[in-house]
Amino acid sequence: MSAPAEVSVRDEVRAWLNDHWDPNAGLVEWRTKLVESGWGAPDWPPEWHGRGLSAELTRVVEQEFARIGAVGVATGGIRLLAAATLLEHGSAAQKRQFLRRILTGEDVWCQLFSEPGSGSDLAGALTRAEFDGECWTINGQKVWTTSAHHADWGLLLARTDWDAPKHEGLSYFVIDMRQPGVEVQPLKQMNGYASFNQVFFSDAEVQAEHLVGKLGQGWSVAMTTLAHERRRADGLRSGRADVEDAAPREGTIYDEEAQESATALAPYKWYPQRAGRVDLTLPRALASGRIRNPAVRQELARLLILANSAEWTARRARAAQQQGQPQGPEGSLGKLAASHVARLASRVHTMIAGADALLAGEDGPENGLIAEILLSVPAVSIAGGTDEIQRNIIAERVLGMPKEPRFDRGPFRDVAQNRSPG
Amino acid sequence: MPDVQFHFTEEQRQFRDVLRRFMAAVSPTTEVRRLMDDERGFDPAVWRRMADELGLAGLMVPERYGGSGFGLVEVGLAMEEMGRVLLCAPYLASGVLAANALCRIGSEAQKQRWLPGIASGETLAALAFAEPGGEPGVESIAMQAVALDGGYSLTGCKDYVVDGCNADLLLVAARTGAEGGLAGLSLFAVAGEAPGVSRRRLQALDPTRQLARLDFDGAPGELLGELGGAGPGLAQTLDVGAIALANEMAGGAQRLLEDTLEYIKLRMQFGRAVASFQAIKHRCAELLLQVELMKSAAYHAAQVADAHPEELAYEASLSKAAASEAYLHAATEAIQLHGGIGFTWDQDTQLWYKRAKSSEVLLGDPAWHRERMIQVLEQREFGSASAGAAA
Repeated sequence: MSAPAEVSVRDEVRAWLNDHWDPNAGLVEWRTKLVESGWGAPDWPPEWHGRGLSAELTRVVEQEFARIGAVGVATGGIRLLAAATLLEHGSAAQKRQFLRRILTGEDVWCQLFSEPGSGSDLAGALTRAEFDGECWTINGQKVWTTSAHHADWGLLLARTDWDAPKHEGLSYFVIDMRQPGVEVQPLKQMNGYASFNQVFFSDAEVQAEHLVGKLGQGWSVAMTTLAHERRRADGLRSGRADVEDAAPREGTIYDEEAQESATALAPYKWYPQRAGRVDLTLPRALASGRIRNPAVRQELARLLILANSAEWTARRARAAQQQGQPQGPEGSLGKLAASHVARLASRVHTMIAGADALLAGEDGPENGLIAEILLSVPAVSIAGGTDEIQRNIIAERVLGMPKEPRFDRGPFRDVAQNRSPG
Repeated sequence: MPDVQFHFTEEQRQFRDVLRRFMAAVSPTTEVRRLMDDERGFDPAVWRRMADELGLAGLMVPERYGGSGFGLVEVGLAMEEMGRVLLCAPYLASGVLAANALCRIGSEAQKQRWLPGIASGETLAALAFAEPGGEPGVESIAMQAVALDGGYSLTGCKDYVVDGCNADLLLVAARTGAEGGLAGLSLFAVAGEAPGVSRRRLQALDPTRQLARLDFDGAPGELLGELGGAGPGLAQTLDVGAIALANEMAGGAQRLLEDTLEYIKLRMQFGRAVASFQAIKHRCAELLLQVELMKSAAYHAAQVADAHPEELAYEASLSKAAASEAYLHAATEAIQLHGGIGFTWDQDTQLWYKRAKSSEVLLGDPAWHRERMIQVLEQREFGSASAGAAA
């Protein structure tokens, strides 16, 4: 069944790995080889560390890496969103400066879009960038910034024209996070974790050559970043499994990689709890005997119906895509469905826990995991687009209902705004 | 379950297109309203065309008995398209419930005798299992059949029998032993016009689906299959029926959503389309989600029933519970979004509301199905259900 192209790519990458893979190489040293050979990002263009392969052939390469347990390029955090944005909109100099170190994992990146005054309304950003003929000066505040505390570079959306309409006065920059004008403070959430940061800019500097895309076109560049983010989130939601590792993972490079991914994944430790942990409900209800409570039985069944139907709806969307059929409504419903699932799961966990739902941490059920679910679920219908925005999008784009009336046309300076903090 | 498909094949999509055109032509709401007042409640000429041109009457009947031998996926598609237009026809009663019961319970000779007539649409059959005020399912059946002169004699009452007055052949479930539950249940073939059978058409909340009460007073019945062996086959038949019904309900809910959207996009209030208000948009977005979720459950159940019969009970209950709540929600929302006209007799939304309400209860209400889901999961875990909620 294998096409000739697939066979030849498979043979080629297999031979290359055979000659080069060394589980005791240094992580950056190995990734540098990947970047130079183009096998690290085979779907990238040949002139920028890739091989221009299709998604299908890229999967073949990934399978070969997985087969022998070869470590790939760095993918954690938002670095691949940064790379995708730079590949599409960046200058040659920017690509030269940043792409290689993204793939080797030497640089950490963060995304500076959301502000305290503009959450759902991202284009209402108030952070200002002013040009003095040589350099951009940045003032303002960003929020919900994962990894900002150890980031080297940031993708920054800032306002450069206050007289232009809202979406046309924004520009997109790469900002050096390691400078005196950038202050990062952790943002602690109600569940006790501090997975995000607030970032304060006071006369921070951006080099003129670090404007990405054209002046005033920052919104469309940001759309590229967000489109890649959404695509990745869909991939995560659909639970796409990686190829099973066949080879034993022995070698010093794995220790280095494990350390890297532990740092990258630490902020996301509570994410499964945010989604409601449906998987824990039935076993806990059975083990605790609460399954004998008729109300628990009804709500648990409701949850299983909802969670399964949501999963199957996602599978339908993917199947339609694979069949080359036009996207049906089922494709845009996942996020909204996930909110319903998480909320109902939280309720069912409470019913199963009974009075133990009063307790958290080591005193709480499942060593605090249940409390963590109850305190993380409220975020799910907000993060990555609120349910309300999702419903607007579904109503307008899927059901063809009229768009919301707008009150933010004309010069941005005249648009009603939250008062700038500080 | 690797062999479960999440898409319809090209052939299945074409089948749906053919059905949609046919159903739209034969069942506009003017026709639905006419048949609501009709004695039989369906149009025999349309039924004949459904059988002859589309092979629907025998869709699920194996080919060796004159049917097309399709699985529940195709039946689900057909039901969905029928539900879209509120088709008034004895398909669920004869083509799904009775055909399945005969296939699963009857002897080879009995299948050869009756299935070809059902498959051709010439014989209308109905499955009589429920009794007045009885619980859903077949465990609560109490009616007794006694052996008499080499045959059996049936006495008692069967209720809520779908198309019971129209049927030439009644398949009647009754107890032939002292055991409870699924054990000791037998199924009997009784001629619709047999002596000792009196039938009454019931006033149904949903006048698009024909319900009958059947009183048996020593009516002669022929035992189908093994004595006392009908329980599992009957339960499976009702599960297949529930999945078929869930698909019918998905079709109705989708239609409600479409018709409502069309109306509120045209209806002006306060100088703007009703559909432009965010309060309305958000309700519609949620409604779309509920409708797509119920479709996913109904489609999945049909796929799984064909590929993994051991999952039939769980999937039937899941899809029927999902469909029951979502269809009624769709109908309630449709009326609300139409405003005052939505609860008038002349506006068609009420027709779907009645179908949604009756479908919620037919073949088991959602609370019963949810309870059964948990019982299935407990049986997997412990080998038996906990007593807790059954009491």
